[in-house]
Amino acid sequence: MKCTINGIECEFNPGQTILEIATKYNIFIPTLCYLKKSSAPTGKCNICAVEIVGKDELVRACVTEAEDGMEILTESDKCIIHRREILENLLAMGYHDCPTCPIPGSCELQDLVFRYGAKGIDFTKAKKEYVVKYITPFIRWDSSKCVQCGRCIQACFDVQVNNAIRIFEVDGDAKKVEDREFEESKVESRRIIERLKADFKEPILPAPDENFCVSCGECVQACPVGALKSSFEWLGPKKWEMKRVVTTCSYCGVGCQLELYVKDNKVFLVNGADRAPNHGSLCVKGRFGFRFISADDRLKKPLIKENGKFREASWDEALDFVAKRLSEIKANYGPDSIGVFASARITNEENYILQKFTRAVLGTNNIDHCARL
Amino acid sequence: MAGLAAAFGSGAMTNNIGDLENAEVILVTGSNTTENHPVISTFIKRAVKHKGAKLIVVDPRKIKLTEFADIWLRQNLGTDIAWINGMMHVIIKEDLLDKKFVEQRTEGFEELKKVVEKYTPEYVEKITSIPKEKLIEAARMYAKAKSAAICYTMGITQHITGTDNVKSLANLALLCGNLGIPGGGVNPLRGQNNVQGACDMGGLPNVYSGYQPVTNEEIREKMAKAWGVSQLPDKVGLKVTEMVPMALDKSIRALYIVGENPIVSDADISHVKKALESVDFLVVQDIFLTDTAKLADVVLPAAAFAEKDGTFTNTERRVSRVRKAIDPPGEAKADHEIICELATRMGYKMKYSNVEEIFEEIRKVTPSYAGITYARIEKEGLFWPCPEENHSGTPILHREKFPIGKGKFHAIEYLPPAEQIDEEYPLWLTTGRILYQYHTGTMTRRVEGLNKIAPECFVEISPTDAATYGLSDGDMVEVASRRGKVVAKVKVSDMARKGVIFMPFHYSEAPANMLTNPALDPVAGIPEYKVCAVKIAKVA
Repeated sequence: MKCTINGIECEFNPGQTILEIATKYNIFIPTLCYLKKSSAPTGKCNICAVEIVGKDELVRACVTEAEDGMEILTESDKCIIHRREILENLLAMGYHDCPTCPIPGSCELQDLVFRYGAKGIDFTKAKKEYVVKYITPFIRWDSSKCVQCGRCIQACFDVQVNNAIRIFEVDGDAKKVEDREFEESKVESRRIIERLKADFKEPILPAPDENFCVSCGECVQACPVGALKSSFEWLGPKKWEMKRVVTTCSYCGVGCQLELYVKDNKVFLVNGADRAPNHGSLCVKGRFGFRFISADDRLKKPLIKENGKFREASWDEALDFVAKRLSEIKANYGPDSIGVFASARITNEENYILQKFTRAVLGTNNIDHCARL
Repeated sequence: MAGLAAAFGSGAMTNNIGDLENAEVILVTGSNTTENHPVISTFIKRAVKHKGAKLIVVDPRKIKLTEFADIWLRQNLGTDIAWINGMMHVIIKEDLLDKKFVEQRTEGFEELKKVVEKYTPEYVEKITSIPKEKLIEAARMYAKAKSAAICYTMGITQHITGTDNVKSLANLALLCGNLGIPGGGVNPLRGQNNVQGACDMGGLPNVYSGYQPVTNEEIREKMAKAWGVSQLPDKVGLKVTEMVPMALDKSIRALYIVGENPIVSDADISHVKKALESVDFLVVQDIFLTDTAKLADVVLPAAAFAEKDGTFTNTERRVSRVRKAIDPPGEAKADHEIICELATRMGYKMKYSNVEEIFEEIRKVTPSYAGITYARIEKEGLFWPCPEENHSGTPILHREKFPIGKGKFHAIEYLPPAEQIDEEYPLWLTTGRILYQYHTGTMTRRVEGLNKIAPECFVEISPTDAATYGLSDGDMVEVASRRGKVVAKVKVSDMARKGVIFMPFHYSEAPANMLTNPALDPVAGIPEYKVCAVKIAKVA
């Protein structure tokens, strides 16, 4: 089947939404509540509304399936005026004073405000008392930045299935809205998002509950604004000033793909990369447990023990000494008197080199690692 | 891994992580997945929540996954062979086996049938304390599914019968034809980032990279030629667990340890410490001055993962890139650079201009990696075996046949754990990991936030036992086994069952492995970390 988006002919399969087709053809449609990995779009924020030629009402691109021959406009005047209105309402809801936000310059709301020329930031209207607190040592909640998009709920209930987000009444303090349904292991994110809408006597906002949160940070990565962010984003350099390097996590055997954000030879932030096997998801260690890399007590020079005490040595001295001692022991007691522990922590290339060294240079097969442990 | 190799001819995860979402039934045993493989647990939880998969959890602890489980079997420690045999007993008796698969793709069924005959649900209940109705229900659920996946970790392998436990799980999967199909498989979830890679690359005493045996003359000649040496040793080398006692009796004179901290991770650590102290020469190459490094004669500073290029192979056999993001601190160097320089100083010139050159050499001598190139894995990793550059990798093993031809059933009898509780040591101790710490803590204990959440060791104890011993949350308790004693804080929790306590092994100031039993699985050489007998006493 075929439709056109902004005059561009697009082929699609029945059942595909306008947003899915646009994404495939690299046509931008703004989203806030939409989360790709979630089971079903919530259609809550309306920012993705697009015009269909011949129809009066705008439709939401995230939930509307395209039809054969449909002519879709994503940036018509009608769309822009509609989006501007939504954005101005969102701005009025909270305290969107960008310099007080953890993520200036990488906020999806801020980008859209600039793109569509939304005005009317009037903080005097935002009189509600907000909560800023650390839910865990890694996750910082600033309720004044929340736009109630519900992405954090989808991230927690649909993607990680940690079911740790609850709804809070916020008025200077955060009081949990009790609901037994939230405690069920198979509770649907949609049900909670509906509750958020139904009970909307502001301000009532979602956030992780410290009693259930395991700091996976899926909500932090999903949050389009500065409401749920990590301590590292709040305090460290901003994303746009850092280099991004994709690599593989060094904790458990899942092999999650990470994006390391780097500046001045230091890792300041880790995000999940949208690649197999993890497709953006991480756990608390992978996402937040990286500071060991730049710990002060990293070994920086070779050490040789003399009279029971270590002293620093040059590489030349240390390697010559090791080479000499290993050669002596091999000559005196035979190659099988030497054992090598390879490592489940170093790379394939390094393990290969180590077995080659053990077998071809030391001349023994005494090489093993702690896989069995 | 020896167990799977014996049954299928390959010791790795048969299916892949994403494939768990295709399973009709998932059986998780000996794996506290949400804490040890959190991201894999999301696949399991999503399968249950969104795809209608049924979940069977078999674990003595009330782990988080039990909340998602349709059936939770709470077995006694070290009784896995019994419940697995029991499930097979039911499946055979009720004729729920995949006869076509058993006939065409397996051998040894008759022997298996004979052995499991006596494992009636009543008999199994006596050994495992799993109610017979629940065992029958689980057996039916697993057998009737079109595809059923099994996931396990150290809770299965760290027993004296570890290899047999794994073989038993392989039996179960073979019996129901759950191999070579999407959503099926027997999947060991590996605990360290590159355990799979270390095995693949020949970090083992009996094989070169790609599991090519050192005892095979043809292969030995091939490797000798590739490495430019006249000959290579033909005798199978020693396992870690053999090197340690041999260091004590001086038949091992030197040890070269790269990136491991056996002082904290090995069973019966006072024994390991003595062994490392008694060698003539100990070299440790690491990123920190670990407890193990402190014993060394020479310590060489290595680069961390973010400071070097290369590849890791994850638990699902996927080879992915590791990329250098920053420089190592001070004069620290990548492990391969250190080894190359050392080899050269010992008269064997080893020099590569970059790591890709090493990978190219690996490809040349390792058939299962031959088709993988850095260019091909730039975006996403590939699954080995990948024999040629136009091969798309192997996300599911054993589709047509097993590397050993037919899948092998192993008829296995239940054997109790090496150590039993008695009057003096009346409680069972089991050990494991927690979400917020990792292995011996070398990395995680240097991360402030993680230690705020999980600052210290604890002893998890059931409310019933806590009442018996007059213990409450926060009390200090001394846990003693026949090998040593450790003091830690009490955590009363219904995760623990009566008579069984749990301790994490991450904390060097309260090392649980002072207590554990070094009794080894005779094949895999894995110590029985998961079961030992202890006594506890409140510390005043």
